[in-house]
Amino acid sequence: MKLPAPRGAVSTAVIDLLGGKAATLPRTTTPDDDEDLHLALFVCYEMAYRGWDGVDDRWEWDPELLRLRAALEQRFEADLHALAGPPEHVDPETVPHRLTELVTADDGPSLSGRLRSRATYEQFREFVTHRSVYHLREADPHTYVIPRLAGRPKAALIEIQLDEYGGGVVSKMHQELFKRTMSWFGLDLTYGAYVDAVPAATLATNNVMSLFALHRRNRAALLGHLAAYEMTSSIPNRAYAGGLRRLGGDASATAFYDEHVEADAVHEQIAAHDLCGSFAVAEPELAGDVLYGARCALALDARWAGTVLASWDAGRSSLRE
Amino acid sequence: MPDDTGDGDRLPAGGLAGRLAGIRSAMSSTIIPYEDGPLIVRGDFEIVTPDGAPIEAGRATVALCRCGKSAIKPFCDGTHKVINFRAGTDRVTPPPR
Repeated sequence: MKLPAPRGAVSTAVIDLLGGKAATLPRTTTPDDDEDLHLALFVCYEMAYRGWDGVDDRWEWDPELLRLRAALEQRFEADLHALAGPPEHVDPETVPHRLTELVTADDGPSLSGRLRSRATYEQFREFVTHRSVYHLREADPHTYVIPRLAGRPKAALIEIQLDEYGGGVVSKMHQELFKRTMSWFGLDLTYGAYVDAVPAATLATNNVMSLFALHRRNRAALLGHLAAYEMTSSIPNRAYAGGLRRLGGDASATAFYDEHVEADAVHEQIAAHDLCGSFAVAEPELAGDVLYGARCALALDARWAGTVLASWDAGRSSLRE
Repeated sequence: MPDDTGDGDRLPAGGLAGRLAGIRSAMSSTIIPYEDGPLIVRGDFEIVTPDGAPIEAGRATVALCRCGKSAIKPFCDGTHKVINFRAGTDRVTPPPR
């Protein structure tokens, strides 16, 4: 993936360093705004996934870059605490029930309703463009937590991930299924092709997964994040599939969404009970972090959906120029 | 499936060994009712129509509709949440009249 265009002082510094245009990072770690913060973080994090074209893989563990990343993460975590509320201590036995309560109470703006009933072809295409940043690496962040678990939660996570990766069949991998939807819209299937096109709100939904995935201390939050995703997926995906059919989408175009209706009906049970429930009992001091991770997932998704809908309501594109 | 070499190796193919294997695989599946949700089926199982035609599960672990409102029966599609479906996780014993 090509290094993106910078969006402020800090993202410029990181991109110039990785791209070989600068030898050191400046002292300042204060981003200009959310766009600058989340692009800089995204660029740092990508070194732990598939990297950037022409950038030495050794930057992944460069102490200076990690120090900058930590400063950016501190800001992001403060934002998350303000947005979703900091972790609180909870009775581990209540975690599955509390997760259900959280997703039931989630009153984020209904992007799925809009996509099902009246989004235009162009708007649906934008939605797919935003989501491509995640879906082309769907499940990868959550895979990072596998070696940090043992016993029942580990088996539960692997049961979910096996499905995410198509049970070992490439064409059934969710990452690959999404390419069929993208193809129908004539979008570029290259991993990361739309990083430049998406705003901070989209990057933040990706960055939170990396923040939780790459730090072992956040393992519980990552599990909660996964549970929130799985538990809020079946019904919206049915709406996406319906909306895409309304626009003329064929079986190949809707395969990704149809698959998620059925798969996530399984995953939500496993995630809430076998994964998060048993993890919370095994590591009771982290039970509150599970719920915190779920709240962060819901809050950032709601913020992103709100941004997209506000753009459409104003007659604008939700993507960057 | 559990390793059943030993005895199985000495029996004629398709005979008792085959039947034992069939029983063992049938015994190795579990059906778990999840609270207020579907039945989750794991292990070696087949889903077939009353005529015996296979219903493709498409995955190793499946969720079967328990609320009766799924649009993709026999599989679950999450609709139980919309209709506020309530069901426990154990055998229900009706109270005596």
